[in-house]
Amino acid sequence: MAAMAPGGASSSEIYKGNASRLLLPTWVVIGVFLLVPVALMATYSFLTKEFRGGVIWEFSLAAYDQFFLDRGLFGDEPPKIEWTYITIFWRSIWQAGLATILCLLIGFPTAWFIATRDARMRTVWLLVVTVPYWVNLLIRTVSMKFLIRDEGPLNAMLLWSGLIDQPLGLINTNLAVQLGLFYSYLPFMVLPIYAAVERYDFALSEAAADLYAGRWTTLRLVILPVVKPGIIAGCILVFVPSLGAFLAPDLLGGAKSFMIGSLIEEQFKGAAGNWPFGAAAAMILMTIVMIVLLVYARSQTREAKA
Amino acid sequence: MTGTVINIDRVVKRFGTFTALHEVSLDIAENEFFTLLGPSGCGKTTLLRCIAGFEPVSGGQIRLHGEDIAPLPPFKRPVNTVFQHYALFPHMTVLENVMFGLQRLGWSVVDAEGRAKQALELVHLSQFLKRRPGQLSGGQQQRVALARALAPEPKVLLLDEPLSALDLKLRQAVRMELKQIQRETGIAFVFVTHDQEEALTMSDRIAVMSDGHVQQIGAPREIYEAPANRFVADFIGETNLIEVPVLGISDGMAEVSLPGGGTLRCPTPLSRAVGQGILSLRPERIDLCPASEADLTVIATDQVYLGTDIQLKAQLEGGQEMTIRLQNAEATRLPERGTQVGLRLEAGAARLLSA
Amino acid sequence: MKQLDLRRFPGFFAITLLCVVVLYAPLMVVSVYSFNASTSITNWGGFSLDWYVDVFTGPESPKFQRAAMNSLIIAVLAGLCATLIATSAAVAMHRAGRFKGKTATFALINLPLMVPEVVTAVASLIFFTAIGFSGGIGTILLAHITFCIPFAYLPIAARMQSVPDSYEQAAMDLYATPWEAFRLILLPLMMPGIFSGFLLAFIISLDDFLITNFVKGAGVETLPTAIFGAVKQGIKPNIMAISTLMLGVSVVFVTLSWLIGRSGQAKKP
Repeated sequence: MAAMAPGGASSSEIYKGNASRLLLPTWVVIGVFLLVPVALMATYSFLTKEFRGGVIWEFSLAAYDQFFLDRGLFGDEPPKIEWTYITIFWRSIWQAGLATILCLLIGFPTAWFIATRDARMRTVWLLVVTVPYWVNLLIRTVSMKFLIRDEGPLNAMLLWSGLIDQPLGLINTNLAVQLGLFYSYLPFMVLPIYAAVERYDFALSEAAADLYAGRWTTLRLVILPVVKPGIIAGCILVFVPSLGAFLAPDLLGGAKSFMIGSLIEEQFKGAAGNWPFGAAAAMILMTIVMIVLLVYARSQTREAKA
Repeated sequence: MTGTVINIDRVVKRFGTFTALHEVSLDIAENEFFTLLGPSGCGKTTLLRCIAGFEPVSGGQIRLHGEDIAPLPPFKRPVNTVFQHYALFPHMTVLENVMFGLQRLGWSVVDAEGRAKQALELVHLSQFLKRRPGQLSGGQQQRVALARALAPEPKVLLLDEPLSALDLKLRQAVRMELKQIQRETGIAFVFVTHDQEEALTMSDRIAVMSDGHVQQIGAPREIYEAPANRFVADFIGETNLIEVPVLGISDGMAEVSLPGGGTLRCPTPLSRAVGQGILSLRPERIDLCPASEADLTVIATDQVYLGTDIQLKAQLEGGQEMTIRLQNAEATRLPERGTQVGLRLEAGAARLLSA
Repeated sequence: MKQLDLRRFPGFFAITLLCVVVLYAPLMVVSVYSFNASTSITNWGGFSLDWYVDVFTGPESPKFQRAAMNSLIIAVLAGLCATLIATSAAVAMHRAGRFKGKTATFALINLPLMVPEVVTAVASLIFFTAIGFSGGIGTILLAHITFCIPFAYLPIAARMQSVPDSYEQAAMDLYATPWEAFRLILLPLMMPGIFSGFLLAFIISLDDFLITNFVKGAGVETLPTAIFGAVKQGIKPNIMAISTLMLGVSVVFVTLSWLIGRSGQAKKP
């Protein structure tokens, strides 16, 4: 108590006034190589496209126009809403959402199970669940592709066992993409929920049981509301990277599972070569993500105040 | 007592708009065990940190042997600290911890090791030289912290509630030892605590602080028997504070009228007559007596059994509550609840303070 | 009568097992098939180390070796730079008290985590093209340092938070100058965090495909971009051998960082 002086001036005086010198490298590096590029990207989304990549420095709303409006083949018809790209975005949100739900359905019981082990087994289980995350994402995705291909070991095994008489046809489906996203980001769901469950006071469960609540009623009415912050954090940590993911949809999904990441990549690396349009799509993606994060931050501060 | 080692002269410390120390002045003598006592938030730790140099003062001077040390950083002050949670460097052995200060002062490794071993001997820890602090018990860590702070032979040793992290039994044993080490080394100790028993048992002098002010400075007996004001009387030990009309004051003695009639002469720090005063009555200096010899008559309301003592709750005429502490002797006869009881005030029981 | 255990829910253990199976099955299968003697990736033709030999001596080996070398150089340098920058930032954020722009700085440090990877990739490509950096190891390195900073910062700041500043105050009380207090006390106590920070940044750099693929320019490959290029032509057994080797490296690193994290905890008082 007494060591903490009022006003929070307890930190040692050594580094007082040196903050800006110590932070200069951080400001410069992230400022120049992230903040400035993002600002430049925002600018590019309002410029005119140069064929075969690049831009002409002339203001234009063409990129956003192309994204949202359909003016016919020759651009002379009255504008209607263009569904192509909105559909891709909507599909991405849908896919990322389903992947998040999949992660939650598997991740919550897993996190719960781990958090209720004794201290030593807990670290072992945590390690077991997190080790795959440290394996290169590309390699994990390729492995998944190898496993679930029509000619792959999974189908071979199921065919051999007689459970199915023709390959499942998993590859190049939305389900394959969700599986890939689940595989990519599962630890992001498990870890925050685990942290929340570890802090959960089991006397609450006892009190609920004492007041005639069954196991599942307790889960629904007591446990889930108490660990909710962990669940929400997990969902955001899975949803946000899933939304802009590139590898899983590209390697595991087919043409019908085309997602934002691939759409943007195509504008810069592929044949399409429309930089302002790619920049505009990236801006829209970033806006969606920032809105999600902002809503989350708001709810956090509201929770902290309550 | 010889000369003054530390002279604190109208020291002010502000944190933003909050003033933690209001023009605090006090002197600490060489060879003295000096205690800063007060409730949490009273400014005692802040004052200690100002002396150590961790907090720059907002005004006033801190003189060490007459030289102003307020502008000096902590590593240039010949003053060492025993921290509340010891702050033993966890990555160094016990010996390395104790050698640390000496080496910073430029001692050779050999000399520093010799002195460090001496310091550890002083606190009876010579067998743990190669251990890490994490492998020691709380009491042992406390001794290492003491040895580490004593090794450079500071002019003043500052102790920030060093016993608060120990359990009760250990705390009582360490008190005596600390006092003994202070006598042996002859270094002035400035000891911060919120525990009045600790302060009373160890100190040569105590400064009682509250709200950034020094309320009273004096020897333990003086502080307890002759509190300067209502705060000190209330904070040190138990007391009954009763509002009374003051009849007159002269030569340090006051005449007050008691609830239910009768007058009382008692000592007071006040020099001028005031209309109303606060009468402090120490509960252990009050005894039961027949109504005819009583200074005060009360109605017994409740009793609390405390083992060595029995606490009697009573109501004065006019409704004020008070407590009397009786020794739990075989012969103690307790009055029934609701009956009238006569009370005799023994010498030193009463003191008049300003309202 | 069996005691009602409020911690247990029927089926949770089964789901955990399912989870572990899903996590490990693909990696296991690829590891097993990397020892397949057959050139077919479908049929099992007996155990062999042919594909590992192929990785180091085969016709494609120079390409992959150069890519691996690039990846390693970039990961080490990006890890080191990000760790240095993050350490300095952590000292400022946790030791310099309150200062103007602290909240903004905290947001800035975490910005690379919040901006979607593909957006960072696009923005970097546009930026580097605009200033005339046409790719190459230097460009990749700059991009990697940037997104590695928050990953290095996380464990360093966490460690720093657990080191009370009373240690440094005690050091200064014992006549250590501010520089000595940093070098002899704070730095050694932060070391486990700094090491974890470096490992994390190193692995994150090694892991990156998307940003690298955007900024690398023609002719320069890192291991992930080289593997991606090869996989586009179909999964060949040598890719599985490389994958298995990288899996091994990852497992070694995780174990290492786990052990270091544990020793760091043991040292805490």
